Amino acid sequence: MNADPTTPPRFALTSRLLHWGMAVMVVAQLFLGVAMVASLDAYHLLRTVHMPLGFAILVLVVVRIGNRLRHPPPPFPTTMRPLERRVATASEYLLYALLVIQPLTGWAMLSAGGYPIAPYGPLHLPGIAPHDPGLYALLRQSHTALAYLLFAAFTAHMCAVVFHTLALRDRTLDRMALWRGRRERDDRIRVE
Amino acid sequence: MGDDAERSALGRRSVLIGLAAVGAIAAVDVAGFLGAGRALTSDALTPSRFTDGFEDVYGRHDGFRRNHAKGIAATGYFTATGAGSAISTASVFRPGRVPVTGRFSLSGGLPHCADTSDTVRGLGLRFDLPKGEQWRTAMVDIPVFPDRTPDGFYERLLASKKDPATGKPDPDKMSAFLAHHPETAAAMDVIRRRPHAAGFEDSTFHGLNAFHCTDGTGAVVAVRWTLMPLQTIRRSEPAQAPNYLFDALADTIGSGPLHWRMLLTIGQPEDPTDDATTPWPESRDTLDVGTLTLDALQTEGPRTARDITFDPLVLPEGIAPSDDPLLSARSAVYTESFTRRSGEAKQPGAIDAAEVPDER
Repeated sequence: MNADPTTPPRFALTSRLLHWGMAVMVVAQLFLGVAMVASLDAYHLLRTVHMPLGFAILVLVVVRIGNRLRHPPPPFPTTMRPLERRVATASEYLLYALLVIQPLTGWAMLSAGGYPIAPYGPLHLPGIAPHDPGLYALLRQSHTALAYLLFAAFTAHMCAVVFHTLALRDRTLDRMALWRGRRERDDRIRVE
Repeated sequence: MGDDAERSALGRRSVLIGLAAVGAIAAVDVAGFLGAGRALTSDALTPSRFTDGFEDVYGRHDGFRRNHAKGIAATGYFTATGAGSAISTASVFRPGRVPVTGRFSLSGGLPHCADTSDTVRGLGLRFDLPKGEQWRTAMVDIPVFPDRTPDGFYERLLASKKDPATGKPDPDKMSAFLAHHPETAAAMDVIRRRPHAAGFEDSTFHGLNAFHCTDGTGAVVAVRWTLMPLQTIRRSEPAQAPNYLFDALADTIGSGPLHWRMLLTIGQPEDPTDDATTPWPESRDTLDVGTLTLDALQTEGPRTARDITFDPLVLPEGIAPSDDPLLSARSAVYTESFTRRSGEAKQPGAIDAAEVPDER
């Protein structure tokens, strides 16, 4: 796959597809979530999107963890020092953990609030927490706190990649790119 | 070009460009997120601010609903005639019986206010349907709602705040509000002219908002629903006891279950579905879809109606929201109120179902 030595090693195609697909869904979900709780007129419409999207993210993150175990990520760019590599690995695990915990918190919250859980038409899911208002309140607050943490982790992740790609010019973004990088094409032309 | 060459080529310029890009992207990202949550617009009417309005007008009463705070839980069942299946695939309309959790209440945010004959009475219901489905509805004993929009409701709520000096709402504020909201003045006229029931038992409860029913062929009609009491009660004179309405309810239910017929009024295409202040013509067809029976009351506590919302947008397949802007707002504010009270210390509800005086 990386016959050209100037091309940085990439993530597997399935990893890249899952990464970008979920990136769009998760960012949309975060914005949808904060807009929903602050809206009177769009509350219902956003709620009818938020719940199914959350379940789709939960299903996909399970697929993604399976994929991650089958396809370990390529080595880090040499521009990354050992400490930075540890931070990057830890933030990757944090993102995975949040993507699992956050939809489960939403599901448990609805269960504790006594709500029916019907993300897709006639499909009704069982509750995963007892009907208890105190627990509902705790999970509701946790759902907000985790959303802000997920947003902060996403923002840090995006900023780190932008900094590496534009300031350090180490083609970090190319590792995850679905497209072929510009310089990769240039290099190839030069080789040819 | 290897890594070493690349790193040595790093100039101050590319680092500055990179940092500027990071700053710009992060700023847009964070501002967009906060903006989507209306954190940057302090005057936006959000569910939280709406709920603050109730706390402002009525004070904060931990563990209680922010509106319809005074109430008592009830249980019973709904027996469908099957007639509703003509216009909706909803399982609740198929012939048979489903359990119902309910709550009788008085409007306003005071959990221990004295009963009065002119306080709006509420009845919230949750139908537990097969396969985990639910239908929730919050109904009141007035035929139309005073406000057309959530903003109107919020403004009227604030205009109704009692002046601490007089103990009454400022009449100037209310007349200024009504001058700007002729639809509310007209609705209040309809409300004033309604036949007045003596208590909860003989009250007619109205769903007020329009919904859409879909039948098996996909045909959609607009509906409003009403509960017509099947019992009549007579009271010689208005009672003075602070809980006289609830006492009478408990007394009546102790001697036999209470029944209401549920009627679906079918709207014509010209009937407004986005305006709860306007009655539909009397001549509209109705369907008698079943009978609600409530046969027991419970003091509000764990595992009673206290611990749920009567969110009008928890609907079964076959019933869908209309374009009425109050529906989404009710759903949002009920949820906010539920979240707040769920996290607060609980006190027993105002009405103790076990200690209701049995004197009538």
